[in-house]
Amino acid sequence: MRMHPLLTMTLQRLGFGLLTLFAITLLIFFAIELLPGDLAQEVLGQSATPETVAAFRERLGLDQPPVQRYLAWLGGIAQGDLGTSLANGREIAGLLGARLGNTLFLAAYAAAIAVPLALVLGLLAALYRGSWFDRTVNVATLSSISFPEYFVAYILMLLLSVKWGLFPSIADIGPDAGLGTMLYRTFLPALTLVLVVTAHMMRMTRAAIINLLAQPYIEMARLKGASPMRVILRHALPNALAPIINVVALNLAYLVTGVVIVEVVFVYPGLGQLMVDSVTTRDIPLVQACCLVFAGIYILLNLCADLLAIATNPRLMSRR
Amino acid sequence: MTDPLLSIRDLWIEGRQGRDWQPIVKGIDLDLHRGEVLGLIGESGAGKSTLGLAAMGYTRDGTRIAGGDIRFDGQDLLGLSARRRRALRGKRIAYVAQSAAANFNPAHRLIDQYAEAPVAIHHLMKRPEALREAQALYETLRLPNPQEIGFRYPHEVSGGQLQRAMTAMAMACKPDLIIFDEPTTALDVTTQIEVLSAIKGAVREVGTAAIYITHDLAVVAQMADRIKILLRGEEVEEQETSAMLSAPQEDYSRSLWAVRSHAAPARPAPPAEAVPVLRVRDVGAEYTRGTPVLQEVGFDIHAGRTLAVVGESGSGKSTLARVITGLLPPSDGAIELDGAPLPPQLAGRSKDQLRQVQMIYQSADTALNPKQTIREIIGRPIRFYRGLRGAALEDRIRELLTAIELDPDTFIDRRPGALSGGQKQRIGIARALAAEPRVILCDEVTSALDQIVAEGILTLLRRLQEEHDLAYIFITHDLATVRAIADDVVVMQEGRVVEQAPRDAMFAPPHHPYTEQLLGSVPEMDPDWLDRTVAQRAKA
Repeated sequence: MRMHPLLTMTLQRLGFGLLTLFAITLLIFFAIELLPGDLAQEVLGQSATPETVAAFRERLGLDQPPVQRYLAWLGGIAQGDLGTSLANGREIAGLLGARLGNTLFLAAYAAAIAVPLALVLGLLAALYRGSWFDRTVNVATLSSISFPEYFVAYILMLLLSVKWGLFPSIADIGPDAGLGTMLYRTFLPALTLVLVVTAHMMRMTRAAIINLLAQPYIEMARLKGASPMRVILRHALPNALAPIINVVALNLAYLVTGVVIVEVVFVYPGLGQLMVDSVTTRDIPLVQACCLVFAGIYILLNLCADLLAIATNPRLMSRR
Repeated sequence: MTDPLLSIRDLWIEGRQGRDWQPIVKGIDLDLHRGEVLGLIGESGAGKSTLGLAAMGYTRDGTRIAGGDIRFDGQDLLGLSARRRRALRGKRIAYVAQSAAANFNPAHRLIDQYAEAPVAIHHLMKRPEALREAQALYETLRLPNPQEIGFRYPHEVSGGQLQRAMTAMAMACKPDLIIFDEPTTALDVTTQIEVLSAIKGAVREVGTAAIYITHDLAVVAQMADRIKILLRGEEVEEQETSAMLSAPQEDYSRSLWAVRSHAAPARPAPPAEAVPVLRVRDVGAEYTRGTPVLQEVGFDIHAGRTLAVVGESGSGKSTLARVITGLLPPSDGAIELDGAPLPPQLAGRSKDQLRQVQMIYQSADTALNPKQTIREIIGRPIRFYRGLRGAALEDRIRELLTAIELDPDTFIDRRPGALSGGQKQRIGIARALAAEPRVILCDEVTSALDQIVAEGILTLLRRLQEEHDLAYIFITHDLATVRAIADDVVVMQEGRVVEQAPRDAMFAPPHHPYTEQLLGSVPEMDPDWLDRTVAQRAKA
């Protein structure tokens, strides 16, 4: 029996994704291995006696050679065991779970605003290219992408929180907060992220569509009497989807993995902040786990983008 | 007499060139009555397409209507609002473009693109009705599987079928006027004849008026009631078709006719004991194992002679060129240069062997690097094969430019973008010549050019052949080119040689049935040729 081409492709890409993830585990583990200083010494402090340090090392298995420790770590991951935190001895999987949920919530919140906004602005800019609207949107999005995100974050905080008191400056979400409250309290970090990612997606949408407008089939659509809006939505957009999907996926991945600074600025209990905290406490297994989760999400989103881009192309879909 | 359907008076259209606007169409008048077909002919750059589009009130980016008057069914097209003009396009005036493959949107099925104008844009009917009409039209245009073919995507349908599907699309709203812009130029002769007769039949059935744009006189003679000839944006003359064919008034019109009758004098056959410069022996080739594209192809070619390889697209002509150049190693057989075997792989050939076989490509646009100057393009093979540097290199480049009849001072520092199509093809010839080859493969080198420009290229090739004792392998689907330049002809079909003979023997009966079909598909000037040929084939 012959498999559907999309299914074959999915399996193939999934295989490549796993391979990439494996390469990343190597990178993460040995890069951290290269960090200067001795972990046990750092954790126990200057006053620790050589005996306690040695005992600590033995308990953590740090006296084993790196390759063996790597294999043990990899074996654990394969079975879903991310190890325990050095700082408090708790299961890392449990620690990550709640934080990852928060990060995904914030990313989804920002994406729900940014993606439609970017697409609509990009389409309109392409439709009215060269007009004042096009120029304004271009300048505005370019400026927002040119500022570092912590700068945008503090400006928003200053205006919307300190001056006008519209939104809280600290995105403190308790376990019992309802959806409305959560959306309200995380509005500023979400807005910061929206401002940072919209420009890229919007500009790609505009460029991908304008690129196609010189195609003969666009002229043919015009000669059939199609309105400019119809030409763009029905004739240009379907053919521009592949590059747009790719940029959207890259930005979604950035929303999840690039939030570290925004989470820290707004004291938001997400994965990024957890990672920063664990770096300061030298909680290496936790740092590794965070890196791995980020990498996995990155790969997964790009995989989805590839598959979607293929699914929107009838040429690739029907090839056997 | 009733008012004309379309009436154009003193129309001026300009195109942007850098900062300036240059006239493209210069004061053209045109009248077209209902149900009438007007042929517009002229070489490229004559303003045919620009004029055709203007009849829809449409100008491309970078062109503008500078003056004049266009009336369609009593309405002033140029005075209408954009919305009112859009309401006419597709509904009352429709357009059929040259390359159907590029003019169909790759993201939508044929039937959806058919239904777009009548259903979604002009709201003339509901979708089921449009689908029924599409299927009926597909049948009128003799598309295979008219019930089913509309549900395919453009890339799943052949070029000739797409061209017919586009004609059907143009007829979807039963327009009063259809602009056909070179609808068969990109097709093989055997496909062209089918599309031509399908279009002619459909136009006759619906009673649509049409403007038929082409550079092929014989084609327009089949389609048009009247013919208008354009030259550099100006009208040369306009006549009823029969009058135009029998008694053209202007010198330019007569020169168009003269081009077709050109044929090189036959050369004596080479002595039997001569060693051919290139011998192709029982060559087979395949891209995927088990599906041969070429089978048992064999022929000889002698120095100073031209061998034409003809056949429709898909017959294996270009694959043969790839095998000879070494890009695709043959799966079977061998190639000999001067009696010595030529290594099958490109990488296995010595510099001298590479030098002796050169190639000129169909599309000079894509075969020349747009970022390089003419000096770099021609200089590179000279440096590579001859090792010339400095002043000697410069002299050689200039010598070659002179040989291809381009002034070295004017052209040496230009880039391909600043050249016309014919000039680019000349550069392609100079680049091949720079290696001082014995054999040149010419892959459809004139098919992208107008007749008059192509004629110049053929004359040049012939002169160079005599000067350098070159052997040409001329891959073409155009039998007029064959008649003009070939000494020997090889006819290919489905990867095999079906007939092989000296040119004059080839054009004289008896023919192989496939050769017969090829020869019979070349349009003749006689306006009744199409109907007669189609009727004969239907009977057979």
